[in-house]
Amino acid sequence: MHITRGFTGRPRVDDPGLPPGQYDAGDDWPVLSAEVTPDLAPADWTFRVDGLVEEPRTWDWEDAHRLPPSAYEGAIHCVTSWSKFGVRFAGVSLDTFWDVVRPHGSATHAVAYSHTGYTTNLPLADLTGGRAWIAWEYDGRPLAPEHGGPARLLVPHLYFWKSAKWIAGLRVLDHDEPGFWERNGYHERGNPWEEQRYSGD
Amino acid sequence: MTDTFVPPTRFAVPGRIAVSEQAASVWQTATLTGIRRETARAGTFRFAVPGWPGHLPGQHLMVRLTAEDGYVAQRHYSIASAPDDSGHVELTLDHVEGGEVSGWFHSVARPGDQVEVRGPVSGFFAWPGDRPALLIGAGSGVVPLMSMVRHHRARNLTVPLRLLVSARSPEELIYARELGAETTPVFTRSAPEGVPVGRMAAAHVAPLLAEQPSGGWEAYVCGSNSFAEHASRLLVTAGQPVDRIRIERFG
Ligand SMILES: Cc1cc2nc3c(=O)[nH]c(=O)nc-3n(C[C@H](O)[C@H](O)[C@H](O)COP(=O)(O)OP(=O)(O)OC[C@H]3O[C@@H](n4cnc5c(N)ncnc54)[C@H](O)[C@@H]3O)c2cc1C
Repeated sequence: MHITRGFTGRPRVDDPGLPPGQYDAGDDWPVLSAEVTPDLAPADWTFRVDGLVEEPRTWDWEDAHRLPPSAYEGAIHCVTSWSKFGVRFAGVSLDTFWDVVRPHGSATHAVAYSHTGYTTNLPLADLTGGRAWIAWEYDGRPLAPEHGGPARLLVPHLYFWKSAKWIAGLRVLDHDEPGFWERNGYHERGNPWEEQRYSGD
Repeated sequence: MTDTFVPPTRFAVPGRIAVSEQAASVWQTATLTGIRRETARAGTFRFAVPGWPGHLPGQHLMVRLTAEDGYVAQRHYSIASAPDDSGHVELTLDHVEGGEVSGWFHSVARPGDQVEVRGPVSGFFAWPGDRPALLIGAGSGVVPLMSMVRHHRARNLTVPLRLLVSARSPEELIYARELGAETTPVFTRSAPEGVPVGRMAAAHVAPLLAEQPSGGWEAYVCGSNSFAEHASRLLVTAGQPVDRIRIERFG
């Protein structure tokens, strides 16, 4: 550790909810995406789960909205070092989709892909057990396009680049396959509590 | 397995440059060797980084400041300098009102101070100088684009390069003295005599897209999120393919 002369940081309270190296962005919700925000109407949105599953399936907006609703309230953490507390997302738990498609016993990972072509990889264990959602509402309102609306993946226990905006599908695999940022030097898993920012962390 | 998903809108995947995992994961000590004022709100900070692995124009690095009680703040900053082998890199920071890290740089930092840096990270926004480049930025978003302009000049590259940059006023235009014929400034609050004042518009983008170089432009957009949204939409409307637009949002 190298102390920076004269740097004190702003006054802070020790917040056990804040992972190392993160700061509380307060009411701000910065937008970080590398691509042009797509013009994607709910009527054109689809979500597919395929690969190593018993019943590959595609849901459209109406189908997905007939599934039992599920909400997340808590924090999100971005690798650029802001965290945001008390966020409220609503949509459907991924477990509901897994119950329908039923992954094979050999399945270990999934690649999430967006309607833009963005991809990110995740261990299946991070996408099951009530820890991941398809979210279309934020704070009681439709999710804004620049935040991934009409619908995004939400995996709040990992850095937010894993929560693919404009989610189009999940392909289930029996191996890990790096996605867009992972091929650009980011960590394979991205656990904020272990500061898994870049590959090698 | 089912057939591969083809997205209705494509973006430029994969990134252009494979990032060295070594460089991305190691913190190095950077010594501040000089500070240059650019505008009332922005300054350039030059660092000696003896183990700097080199970078490509457009890439950024991470800066880490540590307080005596162990509190750590880290932020991303684009690299302003062109790649060279001097063992130095330059960053240009806007003084953000109430900002923790930019505040330290602008009010405490002096030559000889040391901070930690890591990088370069992300090859997505990099421009190696190979394709015609159309650069659009606002405010401190001009920083990574300036690295490209400087690279273009330092190497005497002949590949077409144009810069469209938005600033509130001529006084707030970062690197004003250095911008040349490749640059069209757009002023949103006040402008020199005879120059219109207003937001970047289709009329600024259209002439650049009309003079398409062979192979077309690779567009690089950088700035605040609201600027990035606005400028990328102007480009799409003017016919620039979405998968040839790269966006760096400062948050
Ligand atoms: C890829 C990338 C490249 C970038 N490149 C550049 C660059 O080249 N140049 C550049 O200038 N910037 C760049 N940025 C932005 C930079 O990373 C920082 O976000 C910026 O410098 C502000 O950091 P800060 O610590 O000074 O401000 P922060 O402390 O992060 O504050 C930001 C804002 O939030 C407010 N705030 C937040 N928390 C509190 C609090 N608890 N109390 C009071 N106010 C609060 C502050 O008042 C301020 O307005 C880049 C960002 C990214 C993602």
